[in-house]
Amino acid sequence: MRFHFKTSYDQDINLFIDARKAASYGLLLAAAVALPFLLDDFYLGEATNVLIWAIAGLGLMLLTGQTGQASLGHSAFMALGCYATVLMIEAGVPFMLALPLAGIITGVVGALIAIPALKLHGVYLAIATLALAILADDIIVLLGPWTGGVNGKIAPDIVIFGHEINRWANPVEWYFVVLVVTVIVTLFYRNLLRAPLGRAFAAVRDSEISAQAMGVDVARTKTMAFGISCAITGIGGAFMGMFAGAFNNETFNFLLSIQLLMMIVVGGLGFIHGAFLGAVVIAFLPQLLSIVSDTIGGGVAIPGLEAAVFGAILILFLLFEPMGLYGRWLKTRVFLELFPFARKDMFKRQKSYLKTERLR
Amino acid sequence: MSLLELDGVTLKFGGLTAVNNLTLSVEEGEVFALVGPNGAGKSTVFNLISRFYTPVSGTIRFDGKDLLKMAPHEVPSLGIARTFQNIELFHQATVLQNLLVGRHRHRQARMIPQLLHLPSVRREERAHRVAVEEVIDFLDLQPYRDKLIAGLPYGVRKVVELGRALASKPRLLLLDEPASGLSVEETQNMRWWIDDIRRQMGITVVMVEHDMGLVGKVSDRVMALADGARLALGTPAEVQSHPKVIEAYLGTGAISKTANAAGERV
Repeated sequence: MRFHFKTSYDQDINLFIDARKAASYGLLLAAAVALPFLLDDFYLGEATNVLIWAIAGLGLMLLTGQTGQASLGHSAFMALGCYATVLMIEAGVPFMLALPLAGIITGVVGALIAIPALKLHGVYLAIATLALAILADDIIVLLGPWTGGVNGKIAPDIVIFGHEINRWANPVEWYFVVLVVTVIVTLFYRNLLRAPLGRAFAAVRDSEISAQAMGVDVARTKTMAFGISCAITGIGGAFMGMFAGAFNNETFNFLLSIQLLMMIVVGGLGFIHGAFLGAVVIAFLPQLLSIVSDTIGGGVAIPGLEAAVFGAILILFLLFEPMGLYGRWLKTRVFLELFPFARKDMFKRQKSYLKTERLR
Repeated sequence: MSLLELDGVTLKFGGLTAVNNLTLSVEEGEVFALVGPNGAGKSTVFNLISRFYTPVSGTIRFDGKDLLKMAPHEVPSLGIARTFQNIELFHQATVLQNLLVGRHRHRQARMIPQLLHLPSVRREERAHRVAVEEVIDFLDLQPYRDKLIAGLPYGVRKVVELGRALASKPRLLLLDEPASGLSVEETQNMRWWIDDIRRQMGITVVMVEHDMGLVGKVSDRVMALADGARLALGTPAEVQSHPKVIEAYLGTGAISKTANAAGERV
């Protein structure tokens, strides 16, 4: 176990607590940069997919893991982000401008929807947002003249300063575009966490009543969380649609929201790392399953296998590891650091039996 | 003019009158205690001041400003901080982060600078940290700075909650049962802290407390409540020996037995 001898407040404000931590994340980034030179196109595509899921997951993580508001409607915001980006590109807006603009549009729409929706709590909020996700499917079809309806749209190439990047022809460049956006989004997320707004999010999650007593405007904070969350998820959605090559209303089915929520739970709610670990699981599980069914089942596809396995994994995590994969890693690390002095109940959440009664 | 003035405040929950035509004023710089049996409406008075409840009638003024015109989250910006009876901390955050939330009313940075972590945000964070460290030093919370609330013992949580309220640099501090569930030593510490909060920091304290020992030692004036109305107001000794107070705590009949003794004590 390492002890940090802190000599300045900046050490707690910095992104990394010490040089060693900074070096390890630098190494991770270097590995991500080196990836295209190590993998073939197929696996590089999978890696791109992981990053796209991670971006979308970071968006939901901010809302659900950080602010404590469940949303099953994020597929709608992924769709909005995607259609907004592609329509803007088709209208002649350069990609570099269209992507952040689409994020802002999605964020603003998300915040507007949040104002009435966030009067609901817990499972009611989840159901209301689920309704939104189902509604989005129909709205895409109804807006056929712009969205292409059920026929969908063909995703345009990404053009950066006149340099065309095709999904199939230039997978390496595509990967780097997504990687850069992932790093920026992660940095924004991290910056929020070390600023008053991020603390206000956590305050709302843990105790609305005392957040209010400390001067946090709960409604406004939730709205901001929803807006930022939707903006990030919208950018993830834009990449997801463009990565698919062609997309329609089915691409952003409400099941996508459920997958997204499952992903952050499996990864570890409330941790940035959780979004990435969850993304790895969600992106590679279908491949793993097809490999397994190829070898064992003799290539016979079992319908519904994927959904069943996903469901089973979620249930197992909720039962045995509610802190997710990242929580498991933290526990393992503490166990190794303290060996043999780690106690089994070190991470046990204490139940608080006394809670200030709901005041309204 | 008093710092905090409640005038004719009445609050009803359906048919139940929780606070009944209550008038009280707290002067700047004093320690004012509210006592009374369970259900007397002491915490409800705090929730009224925090604007969690809106009274049916009456006015609440802080430093001359009408509190009833404000939303709950605007109250702290006037310089009113509070703790809760059942400890309402942010459980999945560290002590440091909890105390930093106490600085919320002093924040300046907008959303975009925060996302980009501009130098102004860092400067502000440093200033918040300095203020929080003063509180940590004052309450001896150094060993717990980076610990999660979820793993802390009850007594420490109680102190952290006091610290979070102090971190906001309030003018008025509302303490809801600061000593409940504390050991004798912890109560002793709490007593000294309340004394120092008043003397060194110049913060006015209003507290709800059942521990009459603590109340007697720290408070200048005490008000006894029962059924939402004022029973007695005065120095701790006066209130403790007031016949109506004894009756409220011990029931009728107790009065004849204790009245003589109480009279002698005053």
